[in-house]
Amino acid sequence: MSRRTVLDVSHLPLHASGTASPTWWGTCAFMLIEGSGFSLAIAVYFYLMSLAPQWPISAPPPDLLPGTMVTATLIASAIPNAYLSRWARKKDLRLVRIGLIVMCAMAVLPLGIRVYEFPAFHVLWDDDAYGSITWTILGLHTTHVVTDLADTIVLTCLMFSRHADSARRYGDVQDNCLYWNFVIVTWVPIYASLYWVPRQ
Amino acid sequence: MNQEPPPRPLDCELDEASVSEALSNTWRAKPGLWGAIGNVDHKVIARRYIVTAFVFLILGGFLALAMRLQLSGPELRYIGPDRYNQIFTMHGSNMMFLFAVPVMEAMAVYLVPLMVGTRNIAFPRLNAYSYWVFVTGGILLWLSFMLDAAPDVGWFAYVPLSGPEFSAGKRTDIWAQMITFTELSALAIAVEIVVTVFTQRAPGMSLDRIPLLVWAMLVMAFLVIIAMPAIMFASSTLIMDRLVGTHFYNPAEGGDVLLWQHVFWFFGHPEVYIIFLPAVGMVSTILPTFAQRPVFGYLPLVMALIATGILSFGLWVHHMFVVGLPRLGESFFTASSMAIAVPAGIQIFCWLATLWAGRPIFKVPLLFIIGFIITFVIGGLTGVMVASVPFDTQVHDTYFVVAHFHYVLVGGAVFPLLAAVYYWFPKITGRMMSETLGAYAFWLIFIGFHLTFFPMHILGLQGMPRRVYTYQPELPWADLNLFVSFSALVLTAGFLTFFIDVIRSWRYGPIAGENPWNASTLEWATASPPPPFNFPFIPVVDDRNPLWARSGPEMLVSAGLRTDRRELLVTSVVEALPVARESSAPHSVWPFWAAIATSIMLIWSMFSPWAVVWGAIPIAISLIGWFWPKGAPEEAA
Repeated sequence: MSRRTVLDVSHLPLHASGTASPTWWGTCAFMLIEGSGFSLAIAVYFYLMSLAPQWPISAPPPDLLPGTMVTATLIASAIPNAYLSRWARKKDLRLVRIGLIVMCAMAVLPLGIRVYEFPAFHVLWDDDAYGSITWTILGLHTTHVVTDLADTIVLTCLMFSRHADSARRYGDVQDNCLYWNFVIVTWVPIYASLYWVPRQ
Repeated sequence: MNQEPPPRPLDCELDEASVSEALSNTWRAKPGLWGAIGNVDHKVIARRYIVTAFVFLILGGFLALAMRLQLSGPELRYIGPDRYNQIFTMHGSNMMFLFAVPVMEAMAVYLVPLMVGTRNIAFPRLNAYSYWVFVTGGILLWLSFMLDAAPDVGWFAYVPLSGPEFSAGKRTDIWAQMITFTELSALAIAVEIVVTVFTQRAPGMSLDRIPLLVWAMLVMAFLVIIAMPAIMFASSTLIMDRLVGTHFYNPAEGGDVLLWQHVFWFFGHPEVYIIFLPAVGMVSTILPTFAQRPVFGYLPLVMALIATGILSFGLWVHHMFVVGLPRLGESFFTASSMAIAVPAGIQIFCWLATLWAGRPIFKVPLLFIIGFIITFVIGGLTGVMVASVPFDTQVHDTYFVVAHFHYVLVGGAVFPLLAAVYYWFPKITGRMMSETLGAYAFWLIFIGFHLTFFPMHILGLQGMPRRVYTYQPELPWADLNLFVSFSALVLTAGFLTFFIDVIRSWRYGPIAGENPWNASTLEWATASPPPPFNFPFIPVVDDRNPLWARSGPEMLVSAGLRTDRRELLVTSVVEALPVARESSAPHSVWPFWAAIATSIMLIWSMFSPWAVVWGAIPIAISLIGWFWPKGAPEEAA
């Protein structure tokens, strides 16, 4: 088969950034998977609630303080997260390093408070179905926070290594910021369901 | 930042032979066992996937034969009730989770990158990881069967039978964790397919020029992404109920047994289309080649694929008509179940129109496709029948349902798959399969299939329940069962002929050449089998049927990619305009270690919840090894 060259691509950049990049789409696809998981878990929560004579089944409504503090810290973390994403887009290594350290702290903080969140529900996972689903949803979200924290720590180490100054690394940081936004956004409906629905 | 990169070898500066040689050096696998384990070539991994899935098909076939032997006469004693329970559970789980879904995804892994004209699948290391996870899950299930510890609760593992009260031991946990393994691998592939189709299509392959098989695989990938989290939720909560005492499915503590059925079938019904839509794509791609004309109704076919995908999420309750649901709910799901026959009908008419307007060449792939159309229409008709609640109430859990779903699954997916094997075998191996043996295989499989499964409709109407290990001589089922068992031997002979043909042709088949069928899509525009880099130059597309667009054997290509690193073109989502020269990850054994670490965690977690904590550490280490930069030219940007 003879070939006719009709397109010269030698001028194109060596890395696709932003929404053109495969890793951006990959992150979106994983968020869709996990978003489906969260939606389903919340649907199951409401399904079990619709069957129960009262909700919570045999516990007082959860204490608001720890959960609300987690919500506040998560929402507050969106600000440094947005800055970090912007600094990564501008490829400012010094600010990215600072931003990553801040974001590690911003992930540790809600995890620390979350230790007090589980007992605030006054129920154990094996007490009844209410306990099972609340612990599962909380555990699922905690897993996401832990995963993103681990990811951020590894990225921070990378950005202090000789591999730091590359468009690919800055893209990784931006994708990591995107994923952290997902962790925040998924928490809001969970917070409303776990803390405010049982008070209706 | 280094603004002036040193000059690098570009393909446009070399002659054609040197380009191929340079690309071979860059893309080929490392030698030896570790080279093979670390290989991330999508074609190599897809080939492993396909072969492994067919091994599971053969194993599942043996189980079917064992069941037919036991049921061939009343009160036979070849297999005891406990072993029989394990066998039908294994047969269903194996065929659905270890054969049907993986083999369809594997076809996508092989074909999608070639058909969109790129050099490797997106996230090639994730692809390797997916295979190792899949194969470990399969080994886990089959080892448990060898040890007489296989799951025995049916392939949908309804609670309370599968709950802690009625299913002691680890049998159900093995089922649930096998699900986790296969869903994990399926989800990984779904992500790769979506990203490959969205970002790596050849320049010019705008949305309206995407081959139908690629559209089908894209819709399938979205179904996997949205449906499979449901089954992972189901299997994980089942294990939690059994291991740490949660009460999701325990009505005494506020749980609900029907919740299991809802969550399972919210996945389980789209699952049918996860298997069927790739088959639709195969038919829509193979049929035009043998009709020697473009497919009739490209746009309606794409719309039908998407409509089927969306509707498939609104059908799940039709598996639950006999559990006692609100009347309005039943009516809604009856309507939606019948509505999905509309896009299916559109597809059938488009295929018939393609055949009618073309000059059909009756080679083996086309035979299997005609067999598919006949069988699938019959299966579709019984599907519309069981969508009606009164009829379903009558035949629920009888052999009528067994007949129905074998018609739609074997007729709707295995026939197109066999057509696809005959069609793409020359591309994958470089050799043709035998037309004579193929015709024998087709007729034996087609006739054997109908003789085996059609009488099951009648057995079902006569009231024979599924999943019984034997029946009494007074019941009027013995003659038909004996007939079915003998017919199963005809079907087996057909598959035997098929496998003999595959093995023989792999070694001795006539050399195929680039495009033996005069087909129109891009996978036929490169050598058979394709080189590790797929295309020496990335094709440029200006037509829906690029290989039929010009009278002479001429191909439009792009140039300007580097030859010293694995480079491919990233293009825009809608119009496929070139955006960047992105790199593709090199070979690595880390995905293998990550899969081993994941497997240890998953198997351990059947025994202790702490496995999730401690087992996560090796996984994290292997993932860091996987992603940490190693100074390869692919990491430059």
